[in-house]
Amino acid sequence: MLNFIIRRFVFIAILLVLVSIVSFITIQLPPGDWLSAYVTALKVQGAQINEEIIEGLKIQYGLELPPVQQYFRWVTGLLQGDFGFSFSYSRPVADLLAERLPATIGISVLTIIVTYAIAIPIGIYSATHQYSPLDYTFSFLGFIGLSMPSFLLALILMFVGYKYFGLSIGGLNSPEFIGEPMSWAKFSDMLAHLPIPILIISLSGTAGLIRVLRGTLLDEIRKPYVDTARAKGLKERVLLYRYPVRIAINPLISTIGWLLPSVFSGQVIVSIVLNLPTVGPLLYEALRGQDTYLAGSIVMILSFFTVIGTLLSDILLAIVDPRIRIEE
Amino acid sequence: MILPKWLQPRGWFGKRAPAIPDLLDESAIEKYYVASQWQLVWRKFRRHRLATFSGALLLVLYLSAIFADFIAPYDVSERTDFRYTQPQQLFLVSPSYTGLHVFGFERYNDPKTLRFMYRVDESRPVPVKFFVRGYPYQLLGIIPTDIHLFGVEEGRVFLFGTDELGRDVFSRVFIALRISLFIGLIGVLLSFVIGVVLGGISGYFGGWADIIVQRLIDFILSIPTIPLWMALSAALPPHWPSTLVFFGITLILSLIGWGGVARIVRGKFLELREEDYVTAAVVAGATSRRIIFRHLVPAFSSYLIVQLTLSIPGMILGETALSFLSLGIRAPAVSIGTLLQDAQNVRVVALYPWLLIPAVFLIVIVLAFNFLGDGLRDSVDPYRQ
Repeated sequence: MLNFIIRRFVFIAILLVLVSIVSFITIQLPPGDWLSAYVTALKVQGAQINEEIIEGLKIQYGLELPPVQQYFRWVTGLLQGDFGFSFSYSRPVADLLAERLPATIGISVLTIIVTYAIAIPIGIYSATHQYSPLDYTFSFLGFIGLSMPSFLLALILMFVGYKYFGLSIGGLNSPEFIGEPMSWAKFSDMLAHLPIPILIISLSGTAGLIRVLRGTLLDEIRKPYVDTARAKGLKERVLLYRYPVRIAINPLISTIGWLLPSVFSGQVIVSIVLNLPTVGPLLYEALRGQDTYLAGSIVMILSFFTVIGTLLSDILLAIVDPRIRIEE
Repeated sequence: MILPKWLQPRGWFGKRAPAIPDLLDESAIEKYYVASQWQLVWRKFRRHRLATFSGALLLVLYLSAIFADFIAPYDVSERTDFRYTQPQQLFLVSPSYTGLHVFGFERYNDPKTLRFMYRVDESRPVPVKFFVRGYPYQLLGIIPTDIHLFGVEEGRVFLFGTDELGRDVFSRVFIALRISLFIGLIGVLLSFVIGVVLGGISGYFGGWADIIVQRLIDFILSIPTIPLWMALSAALPPHWPSTLVFFGITLILSLIGWGGVARIVRGKFLELREEDYVTAAVVAGATSRRIIFRHLVPAFSSYLIVQLTLSIPGMILGETALSFLSLGIRAPAVSIGTLLQDAQNVRVVALYPWLLIPAVFLIVIVLAFNFLGDGLRDSVDPYRQ
């Protein structure tokens, strides 16, 4: 087991290096360096610029150095918690991230929980009631779920909510609570706003999981051991949950590796449409304003969480399924 | 965003009846045994009604994208004074006119909301004619002409209404189909090339090459695509012309999308290189290149076609998402995503719901690709019962 975990860690370390290189490339890609863009933008606004500050920033971020050295500088900064400087907010990137990350992670984790909570019962039902009307309904909804991009669903729900119910879906808090300190009232207001974005983000993942679970469970309940157990007089419910379901659920754990990237992707774009206080809108603003350090750091941190999540699911799978531990 | 394996549709809605002939009919049996593999595939595919229908629908859509200029009555960027007019209804017979026609509009000021509104003027039929002269364009990019499928000689025809600048949504949707549909196709071809080359190297040679390519695939599949796509396409230089941007976006989509293809190719290579005929080819002295392209690739080309069909919608949706956020295709080019930008504001959509018509096209296209891929998957292996 320890051997397995060490191997996974080495693999994750390699992944993280690759992730950091790609993130750094996205920082470097836009033509010109951000500092000169920043200075020009300030000059256009007619601001007084202190030459010393500019020189200081140049040295601090090593803008004169060749790209490879800049990369190492950036990475060492990352390790010390220095993500660079966001010039559109005139604040360190780390501060901005710290504000938005709790909501980002919270929404993602909730989405994953909701995905499993919906997918597992429906998957089991669909497999045990194959070709029943409800099975067809779920299959049909699943196809829609896979075909409907989440941002479009968000748009349509906003439209329906606004037009027919006079609701404004969007944001995590009603307008009167924005900027207020966290209180019980604000918290319950937030809870009321959460379900719709979470359902939207989880839709495609749920549809996919139902499909996997239905497929594997169908294969499983046709196996001879199920007949044997039934012949021995095991109660149908006990039989189902004790054997085939347990086997069919295993692959679901490894799907976290797929689910996490798609949840983060969906979360970014749904947050932009619904204006949720996650890193999504921040990334969007940063990209539109060429705020390269902010944008690169967000890409980095989102990939980082996905990779860590994958690691956790791998370890979890190894704990649940001894075959994997031994095989690797 | 190639759909990962667990996300792909699995043989629902398809008939599972085996494609074997009527055993009493001698000539049918004879035909069955001499049929080529592709004939058998086609036979099996035809039983999948939903998939056949989807395939035909996609064919029609692709053709109308190619001939979009001919179908569109107006130029994409032609502005008119008719802002936000509702879609016109087509009539064949009405009290005032017989023959295909729409009714003219009358604009008035709503006294309550002070908005411009349009009232259908039933006394003013506008006949809709076929093969009408309109704006000049080049058919297929070479033949200069100004004939359009339909149009009106006087007045205007807006079958899907107009947008904020009075542009015809119908024309814009069909022109937009061009980019939206072909970005999927070209992007998939690109990721197909990358995927086959890298997956092939990894599966055929094994060893270090395999380890490196595998880690690369894991990496590609483990990063959230949308943020990275957004970051990369935001970095495309702002002064690029729209054709270059189109290719840039396609490249970005496929650079991150080849992982799924490569994984499948690798798996198939590992499986097939143990086959006797491959050993025979090696013994006969065939080069690696010849073995890969003459013996191995044809052996799993049908699986690849399925995989590619199923990855097109991901590409299309990716482009739509980017363009929707105005990080993708730039004006004057239009795609479904850029059209949906107009629908970003809920209040606007609530007043002018026809701005969501492009979304209907998008969903139909993606569904059709999923059904088509689903049907293909069931039929590519005709020998399996």
